[in-house]
Amino acid sequence: MDHDQQVIIGLEIHCQLKTKTKLFCGCSADFQGAPPNTHCCPICLGLPGAMPRLNKQAVIYALKVAKALNLEVPEYSEFSRKNYFYPDLPKAYQISQYDKPIAEKGYLEIEDDEGHTKIVRITRIHLEEDPGRLVHKTGRDRAGYSLVDYNRSSIPLIEIVTEPDLRSPKEARRFLNKLRSTLEYLEVFDGEREGSIRVDANISIKGHNRVECKNISSYKGVEKALNFEITRQRNLIRRGQYITRETRHFMEGRGITTSSRSKEEENDYRYFPEPDLRPLRVRSWLDDVELPELPDARRDRFMRDYGISVNHARTLTGDLKVANFYEQIAGVDPKLAATWVADILLGELNYRSMKIDQVPPINIGDLIALIRDDAITDKSGVEVMRTMLDHCLNDEDCPMPADIVEETGLAKVKGGEFDAIIASVVEANPQAVSDYLAGKKGALNFLVGQVMKETRGRADPKVLNAQMSTYLDTLEV
Amino acid sequence: MVNESDVEIIAKLADISISKDELGAFTSQFNEILEYFDILDQVPPGEEGMPDLENVLREDVVTPSLSQEEATANAGETEDGFIRAPKVM
Amino acid sequence: MEGGYIFDEKDRHNAFISTLDLALFETNGGPLEGIAVAVKDNISTAGMPTTCASRILEGYVPPYDAHVVTLLRQAGAAIVGKTNMDEFGMGTTTENSAFGPTTNPVDPGRVPGGSSGGSAAAVASGMVDMALGSDTGGSIRCPAAFCGVVGLKPTFGRVSRYGLIAYSNSLEQIGPLGKTVTDVNTLMSVIAGPDARDSTTYDRPYDHTPDPDVKGLRIAVPEEFFGEGVDPAVSAKVQNAIATLEGLGAETIECSIPSMTYALAAYYVTCTSEASSNLARFDGVRYGPEVPAVRSWHDEFKTYRGERFGKEVQRRILLGTFALSAGYYGKYYAKAQVARENVRRDFIRVLKDTDVIAGPTMPSIAFHLGEKSDPLSMYLADILTVPANLAGVPAISVPCGTVDRMPVGLQIIGPHFADEKVMDVAYAFEQEVA
Repeated sequence: MDHDQQVIIGLEIHCQLKTKTKLFCGCSADFQGAPPNTHCCPICLGLPGAMPRLNKQAVIYALKVAKALNLEVPEYSEFSRKNYFYPDLPKAYQISQYDKPIAEKGYLEIEDDEGHTKIVRITRIHLEEDPGRLVHKTGRDRAGYSLVDYNRSSIPLIEIVTEPDLRSPKEARRFLNKLRSTLEYLEVFDGEREGSIRVDANISIKGHNRVECKNISSYKGVEKALNFEITRQRNLIRRGQYITRETRHFMEGRGITTSSRSKEEENDYRYFPEPDLRPLRVRSWLDDVELPELPDARRDRFMRDYGISVNHARTLTGDLKVANFYEQIAGVDPKLAATWVADILLGELNYRSMKIDQVPPINIGDLIALIRDDAITDKSGVEVMRTMLDHCLNDEDCPMPADIVEETGLAKVKGGEFDAIIASVVEANPQAVSDYLAGKKGALNFLVGQVMKETRGRADPKVLNAQMSTYLDTLEV
Repeated sequence: MVNESDVEIIAKLADISISKDELGAFTSQFNEILEYFDILDQVPPGEEGMPDLENVLREDVVTPSLSQEEATANAGETEDGFIRAPKVM
Repeated sequence: MEGGYIFDEKDRHNAFISTLDLALFETNGGPLEGIAVAVKDNISTAGMPTTCASRILEGYVPPYDAHVVTLLRQAGAAIVGKTNMDEFGMGTTTENSAFGPTTNPVDPGRVPGGSSGGSAAAVASGMVDMALGSDTGGSIRCPAAFCGVVGLKPTFGRVSRYGLIAYSNSLEQIGPLGKTVTDVNTLMSVIAGPDARDSTTYDRPYDHTPDPDVKGLRIAVPEEFFGEGVDPAVSAKVQNAIATLEGLGAETIECSIPSMTYALAAYYVTCTSEASSNLARFDGVRYGPEVPAVRSWHDEFKTYRGERFGKEVQRRILLGTFALSAGYYGKYYAKAQVARENVRRDFIRVLKDTDVIAGPTMPSIAFHLGEKSDPLSMYLADILTVPANLAGVPAISVPCGTVDRMPVGLQIIGPHFADEKVMDVAYAFEQEVA
């Protein structure tokens, strides 16, 4: 890469913590799909006179994250008010942390674009509350106002700020994936929940001004937004233009960033300590925080215990649910299970926008056993899996692979059936047979193909090849 | 010392519209008060106090929320349970 | 069982913003059973309007009771009405009310003091036996002094603020007003104690019978409480009162509180800063008169807040916004916090070797209505009350005679959690002069 064009990226990631209740009140945090304004109380509505009460679990979750990301916990931390007006912010300030965050100075290991281990420094993490949610209904008569739902108000967020250590959009994506899986392993975060993660990215080309991209609300969006920004900034530099230091908004739908020209963005947040909360002194609590096995450790253990490749181990451990799923069926045949889960199942799930928890592990375990026991071919295995997933997707009971095999007659062609099919194909294709006998070895492939067609893939290609050659060679004699 | 345009900027930050007629009086009162506040320059360097209570926390246990009717009872206009607010676009 | 209190008093002094003709109460033998209590209109009452005397909260009916209101109901009190005040507690006269000024029952041409002027006037005129006020920088003690009643600002954290519409969270406390020290003592015993919903409360319930014995009591008398700006006639009355206590066996020690020099500035920077943030939520979306949704939200909020907040409230919001803004935080807010810590340390130092501090509550008698129009001169009237708020210590005002037929208040300040001690001293004085 042209050294003058070095890309410098830092991220600020906001993740919802999966506590039972909100950060400052006892309202249920399980608000997804609930009717508007039904998970609200005087505190999260910001009613006059209501006072915040800090959720202990959120503090413990933050400490878990701190420990997992190798952060230091200062002796004291405290909450501050971040003051700004917006119709979704009921108190017109967000209770956040400012100069005394709960933890600072840590790191997370990822792989760089060349596959080498790389340290990404974490500047700080802090706790804060989510604002409410604005909804805009369409229609001419509705264009003049916004609608507010405060169910999300005061949901706990952890903000994770990195140093500008990332060097490409791909690397940023990898960092986010690693962070996500780490948080999921800690069981403090549910990455599948809509809107559970929001990212602001700082991006610059070395030697030029930094631009802040706000409003990125998906993993894919981060890479898209960064790619767009890099191209935009490089084009400006190529034309000899100046890069303005500014805040830009990412328009997820259009995949572009636009300048937030409005003066409203130039906020002076007037932070000061929240007078209704007392400071935290929780450094010593860190000793009691027990970390589960984290993704890297689990990856290494998978390689060691199951003898699978690093790529398979990485794919399988990148998602907690996938890793747990794999471990439930690894006993059938660890290598076969790794291949079938990492290389086939995940793709098939993705294609159907399905989650792994929609598939019972026992079904996939049985499928792998059929393959292991030579009962079906790989090709049939894929077909069985697809049939099964289509059923699961439609919320029907997931059929067992053996039943599908029976119903659809996908059992591997064997013994007498095999010989009969070969004989009939040979009989039906005299031209190919004579070509083969005349020394055109390519004709063998044609005949094999005919058998595959006839058996709809139920024949084991290796066995078929051998048997077909043997059969033809008998004819020759 | 602040001038009228400083006061206008502060008013904007506080989301309060001040009429042109009031601006002059506000500014002079402001300056009189700020001049009095200059006495804080005499405060010797020192530390802020720390509250003696710490780690005041609650358990993560769900308590009842208000009903949608109660939550929106004091709001002016509602629509399908949402509260209406001026547009942000 | 429930009882009903028929409230048909003539509100000659505009002490109330809202009243109930029939106030229901629990007949459970509680300490306040059937007693008429008035509550300042910045304390939330479920089902009763709570306006903070502001047009911005017109029509607001809280869906919940403040913690102290729950305690009053449990004690059998008949909550007869919500009292007038300076808008959001911002004032020293109760003239800054959207519902018009309250007048002083002793002389209707004068102010009752503020900001809990309605509560003090309701007690002084005999409309109720006791009342709750709130004291951010003297708002209980000042009207108690001006109207000739007793008022206590408790130690910070001794009474829950849950449901008190915040003006300056770190300074204010809800407290009792009454005709006598005994009434104030009774009301304090009902409202004090820890509350899980207010993270700043201590587990310090109040269960006390006032003891008039002050033999050997050491009273600190700071020179700053009798200095420039304090009406000599008021000083003389208070000196007499202290002499009365000496006559009962107390001894006096002269002392100095040097941080008083900048206490008032530290107070105003702190309270306006916190207020600028606390009052930002009033935008007419979730409660209060509805904000129009015609123009963009910024324009709508600005106009709404410009029209509905009174001038003094706007002035304090702007001052606080300025004190917290980039480039000024260090000069104002941060400096005020250091000053505040110095005040706290000064009080702790003085009260280490003495039991209480005594001085006037207010530097003068009640002003005439409209007398003080300049904001700064109004602020200066709080010079003797704000130090106790900055330090977080308890302070009581008890009547100690009159100047020009107007009441004068003796202020007794104690160390943290010595609410019982200041009550005892006030009781000893009251019993002696009664």
